[in-house]
Amino acid sequence: MILLLVPALPLLASAILVLSEGRMSQRNIALVGVGAVVLSAVIATLIAITFLNQQEQSVALTLWQWVHIGNFAPTVSLYLDPLSLVMMLIVTIIGSLILLYAAEFMEGDEGYNRFFAYMDLFVAAMLVLVLAGDLLALFVGWEGVGLCSYLLIGFWYQDAANGLAARKAFIVTRIGDVGFMLALFLLFTQLHTLQIQTLLVQAPNSWAVGSLAATLTAALLLTGAIGKSAQVPLQTWLPDAMAGPTPVSALIHAATMVTAGVYLIARTHTLFLLAPAVLAAVGVIGTITLLVSAFAALNQSDIKRILAYSTVSQIGYMFLALGVGAWSAAIFHLMVHAFFKALLFLAAGAITMRLHHEQNIFRMGGLATRLPLAFWSFLIGSASLAALPLITAGFYSKDAILAAAWAPGGAARLLWLGGIVTAFVTALYIFRAVFVVFFGTAKTEVSGRYGWRVALPLTALSVLALVGGLVETPPVLGGAKIFSRLLAPVFGAAPPPAPVTLILFTSAISLLGLGLAYALYWRIGPRFAAWAARPAIAACRNFFYGGWAFDELYHALVVAPFLALVRVNRHDVIDRFYTGIAWTCRWLHRRLGALQTGQVRWYASWLAAGSVVTIAVAVLR
Amino acid sequence: MMLLWLILIPGLGGTLAWACGGRYPDAPRWVSLGALILDLPVLALACGAPSGAWLDRLNLPWIPQLGINFELGLDGLSLLLVLLTLLLGIVAVVISWSEITERTGFFHFNLMMSLTGTIAVFLALDLFLFFFAWEVMLVPMYFLIALWGHERRTYAAIKFFLFTQGSGLLMLVAILALAFVHQSETGVFTFDYFALLGTKMAWSTEFWIMLGFFIAFAVKLAAVPFHSWLPDAHTEAPTAGSVILAGVLLKTGAYGLLRFAVPLFPHAAMAFAPTAMLLGVIAIIYGALLAFGQSDFKRLVAYSSVSHLGFVLLGIYAWNTLALQGVVVQMLAHGISTGALFILAGALQERLHTRDFAQLGGLWNSLPRLSSWGMFFAIASLGLPGLGNFIGEFLVLLGTYQVKPVFAVIGAFGTVTAAAYALLLVQRAFHGKPRDVAAPDLRARHIAVMGALAVAIIWLGVAPQKVVDTAAPSLAALRASAVTTLADGAP
Repeated sequence: MILLLVPALPLLASAILVLSEGRMSQRNIALVGVGAVVLSAVIATLIAITFLNQQEQSVALTLWQWVHIGNFAPTVSLYLDPLSLVMMLIVTIIGSLILLYAAEFMEGDEGYNRFFAYMDLFVAAMLVLVLAGDLLALFVGWEGVGLCSYLLIGFWYQDAANGLAARKAFIVTRIGDVGFMLALFLLFTQLHTLQIQTLLVQAPNSWAVGSLAATLTAALLLTGAIGKSAQVPLQTWLPDAMAGPTPVSALIHAATMVTAGVYLIARTHTLFLLAPAVLAAVGVIGTITLLVSAFAALNQSDIKRILAYSTVSQIGYMFLALGVGAWSAAIFHLMVHAFFKALLFLAAGAITMRLHHEQNIFRMGGLATRLPLAFWSFLIGSASLAALPLITAGFYSKDAILAAAWAPGGAARLLWLGGIVTAFVTALYIFRAVFVVFFGTAKTEVSGRYGWRVALPLTALSVLALVGGLVETPPVLGGAKIFSRLLAPVFGAAPPPAPVTLILFTSAISLLGLGLAYALYWRIGPRFAAWAARPAIAACRNFFYGGWAFDELYHALVVAPFLALVRVNRHDVIDRFYTGIAWTCRWLHRRLGALQTGQVRWYASWLAAGSVVTIAVAVLR
Repeated sequence: MMLLWLILIPGLGGTLAWACGGRYPDAPRWVSLGALILDLPVLALACGAPSGAWLDRLNLPWIPQLGINFELGLDGLSLLLVLLTLLLGIVAVVISWSEITERTGFFHFNLMMSLTGTIAVFLALDLFLFFFAWEVMLVPMYFLIALWGHERRTYAAIKFFLFTQGSGLLMLVAILALAFVHQSETGVFTFDYFALLGTKMAWSTEFWIMLGFFIAFAVKLAAVPFHSWLPDAHTEAPTAGSVILAGVLLKTGAYGLLRFAVPLFPHAAMAFAPTAMLLGVIAIIYGALLAFGQSDFKRLVAYSSVSHLGFVLLGIYAWNTLALQGVVVQMLAHGISTGALFILAGALQERLHTRDFAQLGGLWNSLPRLSSWGMFFAIASLGLPGLGNFIGEFLVLLGTYQVKPVFAVIGAFGTVTAAAYALLLVQRAFHGKPRDVAAPDLRARHIAVMGALAVAIIWLGVAPQKVVDTAAPSLAALRASAVTTLADGAP
């Protein structure tokens, strides 16, 4: 029962904050808002310790029968196994750190209370998502985090652009959710349950590998995952989602919610194994996404948009891993990515809050000495993102994915190639940011100072971004298998580790990317900038900058026709039919009324005419 | 006898309200409130002695020469709908407290008579009595719109009257035709529901009479293409009128389809089901598209009703237990969420004297309570899981999927279009550049109403089992009555 407290505490805190209507002091608001999540993290950790010391591999907790109609009997239930344990720890611990940071970051904002109410609601919904034992309950969390994402992207509602970004995020992900919902219909109709573990046992018994039902189900679930995790072709909402406050971007749009799609596929991976074609599509989509968004990231000038595209790209790695069946590698990268990307966002926030909310990297510069804490945090995060060998967590997790993509051989090597090219571009784009932001001449004045609530999360996440990968290392570097052993009950044996030459090669690639960034953006910076400004190159960069024109495409194909249709039919063409009837009646009324002249001669002539016609008809028939 | 009192109390309350309204303008409010609250324990008492699916029955002779009886029956389905009627009736009285200041006596008389008629519609088991109650419910609503409505009230009231009277006439013809067909078959002229069930008739006869019933109820349910009275009536009606119209009156159409149009004509209904379901999904998408295009708060909500009721129509003709349970939950949830949005629109109108989005927006700063309640119910309206509307829509779509997957697929896209209009409503009314308005935020009376409605919609969303269990026996009986007739052989 103690497991229930983990999602219940943030939910309760959110309710308290909503009902208090902001009458509490900011200090107390933070105490409730952050305290609940910290407490929830402590409980989660205690649960993890007990769980690891016990024999059972899963704990199920049914809270209540949601509804019971015939054989449709979804329950509201929690299910704890190693996978949900890892996710729960990520959500609560990273969540606590980010909320603590936010308590200082958001200080003075008039929506302070609203912010923590939404954030706590988000944490609760995310915990429901990862702990749900029933797909319908999972869907509650799934939509719940989507709602909170909408609320928090549009948090500064005074600006209509933020509202637009928020609606875009909600509606685009909801298009994916239609697929999710249809998958639920299909699963229930075919297998008569939505209980996840029962489904995973029954599906292989009822469906053959590659059967239509299995393929369709997996494809529909994938649609949901693509929307939520911002993969091609539904990736366009995430860069715009940066309109929200930076802690929101760190928690929702980097560390937790956007990886829910990865979690969903990992959770239902048995279904995907029954649909090899869809599983292959997962890998291909991941690879396309990571390439597309890495090039987009390379051409952004807004520090948050760089990180947003980078997030899309890194989730692409996770999809790639899922596509080659490296489930535990995907979750490993999910965890490590949560560390370093949350760190990068918080460090970016630490820069902008001292720079009068300046987010353009070309108006920063020379901050290495002025903002040492932000510099070192951002540097560590960047190193981990670029997977600099040995010392960073990102190295181990990315290495595991590339090894898994290499291992099967054949066409999967193309996925590996995409991964390795992106590894290079990743190092290039993030160190481009590092050199532009922290070195050279200062362009904007620095003001204010940090308190402990900013410093502590940055430090803690820096440590995690460096050593968090040591739980799973290749044989040549110690061969730790803590992570994959932990998840083995869920995923089975891990794929074979990478050969040493491959490790050396990937290490060289990321160092090469770093070196090139140093050369292009620092050593020969001005000359390179001049070259890049040439029309042909600039056009190319603009294309990447705009996210490969996906927005324009969708506007032309979907948004504009929809709006045109709405505009044309604003006054309801069907109503025209009825008003037409009314109009005809009135017209006839006027015409017939005009016959009533009151002149006897007029009436008599009509009588005569009528008689003639009648007699004519009678005679001529 | 409790069933008789159930109808008499609001009827007498309304008459008393009119009688004392002239001298004491405040008295009608208290009288109406008291009568509606008094009706609740009566409803509870009526559930005392269930037999089969029926919780209570009453049969008194009325015009025996013509085979017309005063026959009432309460089953789980009508219980839920009567309960919804009483609760929204109470809400309507409470929120009219400060809005209606002229001719309060006659206003409350009309309101109460409309509610009385509605309750009788949900209870009547004699088709003639049903028609009678149908008229009693509609005429007072005409006065509510025509006398206390907004700018274009005359146009809206006449349109409402023509649509409902036209469809009511069609229903009367269909009822008479059914009674005559029954007489020629069995020699007994009767309007008794149970006697008419399973009447054997020629295929084309059954089809045409069924179509008469269907169109009459479809107009009331505001199914596309018979919906166009709804936006005008809902928009121009006073707040209480909108709440009752959307919350309760529309449901009589769905109830009629469930109780009469399908069980009385199962063969025809079965043949017609694909068409009806198609109309349902068209309504879901078409209503949402229209809602998205509106610039008037109430009009947007009105068109969203068309979309929500599309789910109801879709579910009724899917006719399996899942879909029908979805229909019941959707009816209750729609009544609550849409009612709440109309109340908020009324509160805005009272404060800012406009419903036009061009003059709204940015209200969150000055009216945080009103705005956050508006957002809450807009989110309920877009079908967020955990709130009642989701359960309704999900069950309808799940049930539909088992019968006609393609309609479930199209219907599921209704959740996307719902998000589009509901979030646009939030944006254009509450978000945006802050606007300074010198108007007070919601007061205790409205907060209490909003809180109660919120509790109801959350309860429907997280623990709808009570509703499901209540409706289950009657839905099973309705399905069984249709199935028995079908099993009896071809017409």
